[in-house]
Amino acid sequence: MLDKNGIAKRIAGEVKDGMYVNLGIGIPTLVANFIPDGVNVVLQSENGILGMGPFPFEGEEDADLINAGKQTVTLLKGSSIFDSAMSFGMIRAQKVNLTILGAMEVSENGDIANWKIPGKMVKGMGGAMDLVASAKNIIVAMQHVNKAGESKLLKKCTLPLTGVRCVKRIITELAALEIMPQGGFKLLERAPGVSVDEIKNATQGKLIIEGEIPEMSL
Amino acid sequence: MINRVVKNAEEAVKDISDNMTLLVGGFGLCGIPENCINALVKKGIKGLTCISNNAGVDDFGLGLLLQTKQIKKMISSYVGENAEFERQMLSGELEVELIPQGTLATRCLAAGYGMPVIYTPAGVGTEVAIGKETRKFNYNGEEKEYLMEHAFEANFAIVKAWKGDTAGNLIFRSTARNFNPMMAMAGKITIAEVEVLVEVGELDPDHIHTPGIYVNRIFQGEKYEKRIEQVTVRKRN
Repeated sequence: MLDKNGIAKRIAGEVKDGMYVNLGIGIPTLVANFIPDGVNVVLQSENGILGMGPFPFEGEEDADLINAGKQTVTLLKGSSIFDSAMSFGMIRAQKVNLTILGAMEVSENGDIANWKIPGKMVKGMGGAMDLVASAKNIIVAMQHVNKAGESKLLKKCTLPLTGVRCVKRIITELAALEIMPQGGFKLLERAPGVSVDEIKNATQGKLIIEGEIPEMSL
Repeated sequence: MINRVVKNAEEAVKDISDNMTLLVGGFGLCGIPENCINALVKKGIKGLTCISNNAGVDDFGLGLLLQTKQIKKMISSYVGENAEFERQMLSGELEVELIPQGTLATRCLAAGYGMPVIYTPAGVGTEVAIGKETRKFNYNGEEKEYLMEHAFEANFAIVKAWKGDTAGNLIFRSTARNFNPMMAMAGKITIAEVEVLVEVGELDPDHIHTPGIYVNRIFQGEKYEKRIEQVTVRKRN
């Protein structure tokens, strides 16, 4: 079973040289820590950065330089700054190659719910609806089951949707899965020490298992 | 050159009155028009509709106008960090319309470009699409459904820039740019407050982000706190 860093590390393996990548808040942010040397990627932050760098050294924070999570960050060499309209323009025009974000639920046809729980304080969708509506390649980082032990990989989402038929891959603490164009979660890999049966039990939607399922190499 | 300079924040907001709709620049607490917000609090006008990506925190930014119950409705994409906001929203005192961030930006852009509507894929198939016109377009080799969204119509836009000149030309700094340029374009009347106001001729025309034609009033803010919402740092070594 993977911890948060393990999920991030596995996702980092999906990030290819030359990609422009948007990382959501939470586990997706951790992915930046595991991108191997020699794989050149440019991180996009939807408040207007390409080429986002790490947090600043203590005392070097700049109130004018934050990421989409409102954290102080730095700029790397070759970075650029732009306004919010252009930022979502490059997302909509699919110039950003990969979007990695968290989710509360994903359905077997690729629908995603990650912004609202009825009856609870709703904070808003931020840029998530724009990202999932346009991105060609969307990877979801999430826990396979919720705190009550219920599957978050469902036949149909129960929570209000963020986007429809958009998720391509899911990495959880138990498995790596692909959403098939005709529907269904195709099991690609097992997390270390996790059996196919455990993944079956934790998946409510249609799980497609073909042949021997390899264990992840991290 | 036309002179756009007003004396201070009080003079800039003098004709903003009850029940008006305002576009307010900034992302979180970054690049917000601090001086104008303070002037609006002092002025005490009520029933405002504020279009802004976020709603500030309890004691800073638009949160100040929420504390004094001057805002009737917020149109935002994310409103997470504000306890008073939450209380007013849950009690029904405050009307809240949540819209996707890119839609928010592009509805401003449409207003500044003189286009009544945009079509965007954001929100298709979600509750954001309820009651809205959708249309299928074949574009980029793919047939997809798009939502029609209207350009904002706001009485005033209030933005913050780093530098500006007396003709209203603006230059933003770093990610404090965010929503400010397209909101500046979208206001029927646009007020810009700047950290540094210079004479015409001092800014390189090639470096202007927002041309002064979009800015009706400009002044140098008296004081900037520039509060940081989340200080995140790494240790040396």
